[in-house]
Amino acid sequence: MENTTATPKRDFSLEEHLKSRRASGAKLLVPYITAGYCKDWLATVAAIAAAGADAIEIGIPFSDPIMDGPVIQAASQAALERGVTPASAMAELATLAVPVPLVVMTYCNLAFHAGFARFAGWLQDGGVTGSIFPDLPMENATEWSEVAAAHDIANILLVAPTTPPARAKRIAEVSRGFVYGVGLMGVTGVRDSLAQSASMIASSLKALTEQVVLIGVGISTPDQAREVAAHSDGVVVGSALVKRLNEGEGPDGAYDFVASLRSALDSVPRP
Amino acid sequence: MSVSNASDAYRDGLFGEFGGRYVPESLMAATRELEELFFAAWEDADFQHQYRSILASYAGRPTPVTHCANLSADLGIDLYLKREDLTHTGSHKINNVIGQALLTKRMGKSRIIAETGAGQHGVATATAAALFGLSCTVYMGAVDVERQALNVFRMRLLGAEVVSVSSGSMTLKDAINEAMREWVASVDDTHYCIGSVMGPHPYPLMVRQFQRIIGEEARPQMQEIAGSDPDFVVACVGGGSNAAGTFTAFIDSDAALVGVEPAGGAAIGRGTPGVVHGMRSKLLQDEFGQVQEAQSISAGLDYPGVGPEHSYLASIGRARYEAVDDGQVLEAFQILARREGIIPALEPAHAIAYVLAEAGKSIPAGSKVLVTMSGRGDKDSETVAKILGEA
Repeated sequence: MENTTATPKRDFSLEEHLKSRRASGAKLLVPYITAGYCKDWLATVAAIAAAGADAIEIGIPFSDPIMDGPVIQAASQAALERGVTPASAMAELATLAVPVPLVVMTYCNLAFHAGFARFAGWLQDGGVTGSIFPDLPMENATEWSEVAAAHDIANILLVAPTTPPARAKRIAEVSRGFVYGVGLMGVTGVRDSLAQSASMIASSLKALTEQVVLIGVGISTPDQAREVAAHSDGVVVGSALVKRLNEGEGPDGAYDFVASLRSALDSVPRP
Repeated sequence: MSVSNASDAYRDGLFGEFGGRYVPESLMAATRELEELFFAAWEDADFQHQYRSILASYAGRPTPVTHCANLSADLGIDLYLKREDLTHTGSHKINNVIGQALLTKRMGKSRIIAETGAGQHGVATATAAALFGLSCTVYMGAVDVERQALNVFRMRLLGAEVVSVSSGSMTLKDAINEAMREWVASVDDTHYCIGSVMGPHPYPLMVRQFQRIIGEEARPQMQEIAGSDPDFVVACVGGGSNAAGTFTAFIDSDAALVGVEPAGGAAIGRGTPGVVHGMRSKLLQDEFGQVQEAQSISAGLDYPGVGPEHSYLASIGRARYEAVDDGQVLEAFQILARREGIIPALEPAHAIAYVLAEAGKSIPAGSKVLVTMSGRGDKDSETVAKILGEA
């Protein structure tokens, strides 16, 4: 059960990119978008990249997204109704040239069902260099992490506010690409105010790892992003962006919102 | 009786290649705490005494085994029913929730949440919450809120909040998703009381242990009434808790174990291995791994997955799983009522339907057949009346 053998050390392009951005003094911004939620989603991905994202999380829709709140559920449902599949989403993504790394976020059944090698192949063909499965905790992630690594895909693990310190340290060692700190106890969604736990988990993770530490879940506004980024290497912003897209905003709206996050992060005082 | 030995098998949460713990990191600490607490409690004589006393004095255990003389004569077999329909709240679900409510108190948590399909588990959870002074929220698919209105009223009467879930297929699967999401947000003071032998470790094993009393009572009862073990043990399977609780006591007997799934939700019959709701098990899914919606007249079996122990028992050939369709179920519902004066819930009506179809065929004449009558049919009367055009 406690089979947590670390993925062999190797250089992942995602990790190198994020570390070099961090070394340049930037706070990192990783927006999330659901693949195929509408027909011109690729243009929105391009706009997010142009607005200053350091990487982009691409959600592959799943029928039972237990870590997602109503906003991302709705985008997921819309994508499924449009007939989006893991392979079709990746094939579309392959047609897009973006200058920033792409990270897939989805649920592990899609990878189990396809077979790990096949699934990793789809991701690689789509230009993806990272993966996040919120329902594949460390104990169960070893095999996927190895298969993914063979395709230059860094498997990113999450640390929650309830994760005990020794376990958090172990997760930070095994995680590749970056360490994803979950900012609050809850599922993805837009929150009016930043949970105290966000800055706390950021500080505690920073104290125990050299890995890039990004905080996500419940970070909805430029001010909240700035606040968390003071304690972390950056943020993941999902529902706040997807909400705008669900409400009909296109590439321009996405650009403006991501740009506002970018400038907030650029205003974080450097130590 | 050696309860500690009984929990050693599958202690790691793995039933062959099935089971496991596929949950968000936020829930890892809570599921581990629950695992430790459950094993400690299960082996604690005080806990066992408390649990069994409440089942006796409050839930009405032991439940009898009834020989169905009329149907037996009709079918040329000997049919026996394990009468979980006679428990307080009207189904076997009470066995599990009493256990989990006691654990909730031991953990010092003040709130209990549950998913429900037919409403039986929701009613049982609301009942235990009232008894133990816990606040209670039950998640129920909007479709089920509609078709099980009586149980919604019962839950509210018992002081529970019922949340209607309108995402996805709006049935049990989505109620589970929503309960899990709520649990992620409230795990500090809230216990998630899963109602079947499914979900992440330790739930499949823990719920089965809380349900094994069904089979533990039934086996000696059969010895007494029928003079031997049954030749067949038959139970309906959605998630599979009444079947698991019955089968466990007969695993080492010569009885054939048969789980009966709805034709529209036959996870073992038509599913393939996958991961959903925290476990690896057989699952109805499309070619890309998206979970498909089950279709059944019975809200309690309207689930595209199944408990991992059943996937395992099927894979090693110790139990077999058969399907019956809604038409057969409706007929069985009426036949049991007319011939035996017992109105079954639509869920165990599946098990009856299988026996009606197979008596004299794959169930040879003269066989002793034990069926777990997992619940009573009051809650389904309106649904059936509508279908029969009598409402």
